[in-house]
Amino acid sequence: MKDVTFGQFFPAQSFVHKLDARIKILLSIAFMVAVFMVQAFQFMGFVACLLFVLVVTALAKVPFGKVLRSIKGILFFIVFSAVLQLLFNKNGTTLWHWKFITITDKGLLNAGFIICKITLVVLGASLLTLTTSPVDIADGIESLMYPLKWIKFPVHEFALIMSIALRFIPTLLDETDRIIKAQKARGANFESGNVFKRAKALVPVLIPLLISAFRRAEELADAMDARCYSGSKNRTKYKKMRLTWRDAIATLVVGGLITGVVFLNITGFLAVVL
Amino acid sequence: MALLSMEKVSFSYDKKIDAVKNVSLTVDEGEYVAIIGHNGSGKSTLAKLFNGLCKPDSGEVVVDGFSCKDKKSLFEIRKRVGVVFQNPDNQMVASIVEDDIAFGPENLGVKREEIGERIQFALASVGMEEFRKSSPARLSGGQKQRIAIAGVLAIKPKILVLDESTAMLDPQGRKEVLEVVERLNKEQKTTLINITHYMDEVVRADKVYVVNDGEIVLSGTPKEIFAKRELLEECGLELPVSSKIAQKLIELGVNLPDGILTKEQLAEELCVLKQKI
Repeated sequence: MKDVTFGQFFPAQSFVHKLDARIKILLSIAFMVAVFMVQAFQFMGFVACLLFVLVVTALAKVPFGKVLRSIKGILFFIVFSAVLQLLFNKNGTTLWHWKFITITDKGLLNAGFIICKITLVVLGASLLTLTTSPVDIADGIESLMYPLKWIKFPVHEFALIMSIALRFIPTLLDETDRIIKAQKARGANFESGNVFKRAKALVPVLIPLLISAFRRAEELADAMDARCYSGSKNRTKYKKMRLTWRDAIATLVVGGLITGVVFLNITGFLAVVL
Repeated sequence: MALLSMEKVSFSYDKKIDAVKNVSLTVDEGEYVAIIGHNGSGKSTLAKLFNGLCKPDSGEVVVDGFSCKDKKSLFEIRKRVGVVFQNPDNQMVASIVEDDIAFGPENLGVKREEIGERIQFALASVGMEEFRKSSPARLSGGQKQRIAIAGVLAIKPKILVLDESTAMLDPQGRKEVLEVVERLNKEQKTTLINITHYMDEVVRADKVYVVNDGEIVLSGTPKEIFAKRELLEECGLELPVSSKIAQKLIELGVNLPDGILTKEQLAEELCVLKQKI
C-alpha cells in the first residue's frame, strides 16, 4: 500500500509536465470547451481534437495505454448516453424498426458524436492529472481561486485543507492496511460473502480508522499551533509559480485549436446556408 | 534571568485531577535540560505549558520576559519555544519536505527569499539537505522526525522542546534524533529541553527534573539523580543498564567510584580496576 500514489500522476521530465499547473488547468478547461463546441457533422473538428490529444500524449512521454485507461471508469456512462441517443432520436430516415424500437440514421450519427465528445473530454482531463502532481493541482487551484478573496471566500483556509488532505492520504492508507491486517489476524473475513456481508465486514476497519483520524487531527492542530499558525493574517507564501515560454506556446496551440474549431463551425454553417 | 521559568504552576484538564501540581523550574540559555517521568506523569503537559498550548490554572510561565498570562504574548512565546511532538506523521502539513518546513516561517510572515535560506539552514542543521524535494511519506521514522525538528528550527526558536520525540522511533531513529539535537545544543547553543521516559537519554543533560504524578520529585545533575535509585524506582523509572551494573558491583564490594552513567565510563573504570590488580 505504501506505493499507492493518489490519482494517476505519471512522473516524467517533459514539456507538458513542466507547464505551469494553473495554465494546464485553464487549458484543459479550454480544450473541453473546444470539444463541446464542435458542431454535429463536423468530423474535422473531432479529428483536430484527437490529433491534439495524441500530440500532447507523445510530448508528455506518457504511454497512450495509460491515457486510454481513464475511459474505462466511465465506459458505462458513455454507452448509456449513446444508447439513449440511438433509441430516442426519431429524426432522419429509419434504418431499422422492431416493435417500439426505431433506429434512425441521425440517431446513429448522434450516438457516434456523443461517444467522441465524452471520450475526448475524459482524455483531456486525464492528461491533466497524468502530467500534474496532486500537490501542483492543489496549488494551481488555490492560485486560480485567489480572486475569490474579493467576495470573502477563505482561499487560504481552503488551500490548507486541500494540502493537509493530500498529505494524509498515504498516512491513512497505511493505517487502513494495518487495521485490515490486525482485524484479519483476529479472524475477520473480508473476502467471502455477498456485497452486503463484505460491506458489513468493513465496519470494524472504518471505526478504528475514524477514531485514529480524529486523534491525528487533534495532534496536528497542536503541532500547527506550536508552529505559530494563526490563520491567514500576516502570512507570507513561500511557493511561487512562474510562467515560462512553454506556457505561452501551450496557450497559443490551444488557442489555435479553438480558433480552428470555431472556423470549421462557421464554414460548416455557411455551407449549409449558401 | 532564566530564559524560561515556571513559578508554582498547576494545571488540570478536567478541573478535578491536577495533571501538573505546583511545579517550579528554570531553564537557562544554552542549557540542556532533561525532564523524565513514566507514562502519565504529566511530563507532556509540561511541554504544552511551555509554549502556551495549555494555560496554567495557577502560577506563571515566563519565557524570555513574556508571561503566559498576557494573551498578546502567546505568539511571542511560541516564536521562542519550538516543540517537537511524539508522532512525526501528525506534525506535517505538506506533502513535500520544503513546503512543510516553510509552514512555520510563512506563519511568521517571513519574506520569501529568507524562507528559502531558513529551509536550507534548517535542513543542514538536521543533516537532511538532499531530501528537500522529497515526500515525507517515503522517509523512515527517524528521518521524518528530523524533518519535524527542521520545521521547528526554521522558526528560529530560542528553546527546542522534544516532547517524547523519540518514543515512537526504532533504536537507529532514536540515535539519529538525539545526535542531531545534542549537536544543535553544543554547536548552535540552542537551549534544549528533552522530555522523555528513557533514562539513558538524560545522561548527557546539564540538569534533570524527575516528574511523578504531576510533581517534580527530584532535580539535579544526572549523577545526583542516578544516585537515588530507590526514589527513581518508586517513580517507575529504571536506571540505564551500565549504571545498574556498576551499582550492583559496588553492592557486591567491587571498588568502583559512584556515578557511572554510560557504558564507556563503566568500561573505563573496569579497566582501571583491572590494572590495579
